[in-house]
Amino acid sequence: MSDSADTAGAGRLEALRGWAWRRRAWLAAVALLIVLPYVPGLDGDFGRSLLSQMGIAAVFALSFNLLLGQTGLLSFGHAVYFGLGGYAGIHLMRAINGGLPIPMPLVPLAGAAAGLCFGMLFGALTTRRAGVVFALISLGVGELVFAAMRILQGFSGGEEGITANRGAGPHPFGLTFGPQLQVYYVIAFWTIVAAALMAAFLRTPVGRMCNAVRDNPERAAFIGYDPVRVRFVAFSVAAMFAGLAGGLHALNYEIVAAEAVGAGRSGAVLLMAYIGGVHHLFGAVLGAITVTWLQVSLSDYTTAWQLYLGLFFIAAVLYAPGGLAGLLSMHRPILRTRAFFDVVKTYAAAGVPLLVAAAGAVMLLEIIYRRATQPDAGAQLRLFSFDWDTSTPWPWLIAIALLVAGGVLFRHVRPLVAQAWQRASDEARAAGAIPREATR
Amino acid sequence: MLEIVTFSLLNGVVYGLLLFMVSSGLTLIFSLMGVLNFAHASMFMLGAYFSYQIGRWIGFWPALAIAPLLVAVIGAAVERYGLRHVHKQGHVAEILFTFGLAYLIVECVVMIWGRNPIENRVPAVIDFPAFHLFGTSYPAYKVLMMAISVGMFAFLYLAFRRTRLGLIIRAALSHPEMVSALGHDVPRIFVLVFAIGSALAGLAGVIGGFALLTEPNMAAALGPIVFVVVVVGGLGSITGAFVASMLIGIVQTFAVALDYSLLDLFSVLRVSVGRDSPLYELATVKIAQAAPLIPYLLLVVMLIVRPRGLLGTREA
Repeated sequence: MSDSADTAGAGRLEALRGWAWRRRAWLAAVALLIVLPYVPGLDGDFGRSLLSQMGIAAVFALSFNLLLGQTGLLSFGHAVYFGLGGYAGIHLMRAINGGLPIPMPLVPLAGAAAGLCFGMLFGALTTRRAGVVFALISLGVGELVFAAMRILQGFSGGEEGITANRGAGPHPFGLTFGPQLQVYYVIAFWTIVAAALMAAFLRTPVGRMCNAVRDNPERAAFIGYDPVRVRFVAFSVAAMFAGLAGGLHALNYEIVAAEAVGAGRSGAVLLMAYIGGVHHLFGAVLGAITVTWLQVSLSDYTTAWQLYLGLFFIAAVLYAPGGLAGLLSMHRPILRTRAFFDVVKTYAAAGVPLLVAAAGAVMLLEIIYRRATQPDAGAQLRLFSFDWDTSTPWPWLIAIALLVAGGVLFRHVRPLVAQAWQRASDEARAAGAIPREATR
Repeated sequence: MLEIVTFSLLNGVVYGLLLFMVSSGLTLIFSLMGVLNFAHASMFMLGAYFSYQIGRWIGFWPALAIAPLLVAVIGAAVERYGLRHVHKQGHVAEILFTFGLAYLIVECVVMIWGRNPIENRVPAVIDFPAFHLFGTSYPAYKVLMMAISVGMFAFLYLAFRRTRLGLIIRAALSHPEMVSALGHDVPRIFVLVFAIGSALAGLAGVIGGFALLTEPNMAAALGPIVFVVVVVGGLGSITGAFVASMLIGIVQTFAVALDYSLLDLFSVLRVSVGRDSPLYELATVKIAQAAPLIPYLLLVVMLIVRPRGLLGTREA
């Protein structure tokens, strides 16, 4: 009897191990999220607040990926659902401050509910068409809601926004949600839940149909699925998760203003999702982390950070339509070849002139930007830990020399990268790692 | 009352013509290339800034001609060296490219002219009252705005209808492959149309710059309205764009003059709304306050009633 109990227990253990192995990436992500706020450099209030921002951005960018990457709907007004979710969250928080007995960590659910409701409302109007028309209409709806939020001061607080206090409410298990660390764990929990739900959604039949409608709406219609309905479902789900992100935003900042539904935020999430890569869910997370980090840290160094972000985006559109995730996954087939080492070496060789050219370009842009936006700051400029006097021609000449020299060198090195790539992919193909037709 | 109606109508027509000047270029580019140019309103902004700068150097009248030409050159360069390379990646990539471009143009404008609005005053040569009506004077520059837009459209209409080049462009709009097979360089026609559309937006910027505020945010402020015009009028229809421009221009101008709210309507209807009602705030909003909303409300109504737009034929 004890024997059979033992084998049953062992079988269960075996099943558990199999389950854990299949979901090792997710478990690793959970472990990472738990450990991150204690990693040196991120263990201060600044680091934890940065991590919280990244989590919120990741949920928002993932929901945008459901639209653009998975369903092929390009939206210029996705912040509408983020912002309205944020308003729902902040109003719930005010109600809790007033005595409503709901624990604060559930606030994001109100955001998700608001996102879903407004997503269904506007989605019914806008998802009848895809492509360019959808993009235009989403822009119009975004402007409509933004203008409405600025007019309805009592509800939205207009430009100044409305505030709430996340500390005033029931304190379950003695948690006050005052310290950033506690808020971080609430955000991390919802981030992982939202990411898992979105990944699960994509594996349901309707999630597969989203991809089908993106790739060929006519064929999807022929096998009996109405593309408009599939788009509507995808849009509503995406709006729900955007609302969840908005609710997290309300919890994290304790303030929501009209800017939360604005075109700037809609553009930012588009940048995140696209720079990260729209073909992979992971790309959205990668983009959210990269762009948030750029926004926070680059803006410390330079006032021209938006210019760099724009250049980064255009470079992604022109040279890396798959985004960062696309660039990474491109290397997967050649990872095990001997020639991969050569590829890395040529990358290093091409990287040096590219960095030189970039340094020159950055110097030029910084000098011009500084002169135009802060004419009273004087001619002295501190850049790359040197002091430059921009009233003399030297900084200009050095910058142009760096730019030109780097550019010329890069042109010479680039063919080497292509050659190494060719060797590596030939080798991978010979080993059967790439099917013939899938090579670039 | 008659005074308000007359002046609102005049101002509405001026604003509508301005909208049409920008949206006609957008429509032209869209119907030829299927590209929704998000940087189009940025061309409008560049026109305003260029005319301000050139006007300070050599005067208003040369600026009126040179600024749109400069914008046309920039538009042609965008098509030739940017969009053409993105084209093979599909329409979404094209939109994203122009979106990023709009972002960059704003930053470049900030880099050259700074973040604050510039003092783009009405030039002295056209700053006098044109005529008096009901004891109020009507400024000459608005008359000039009207004259320039109408003149421009007459010129373009004749150029498209009566010249050989216009014939080829119109043919390329509907049958690009056939035009190409007949030996015409269609990519060059693309560049040309992009340049013409940009020049129209630039010209609108020159004459609209001092009527509106010339600042780095002006493209982001006008852009969405122009897109609404294009959707409401029907994608790809120039006539539709004209009707929608006039409609939005006039309705928005009249709305600014109306100081009524839903509350006033309710009191006429003898319906009372309690102060505690959650909709009370909505009812107190005056029409004049809600004027910025009107184009977007029109868009939503149009989507419900007639999704393909006023004069649209194309189902996208």
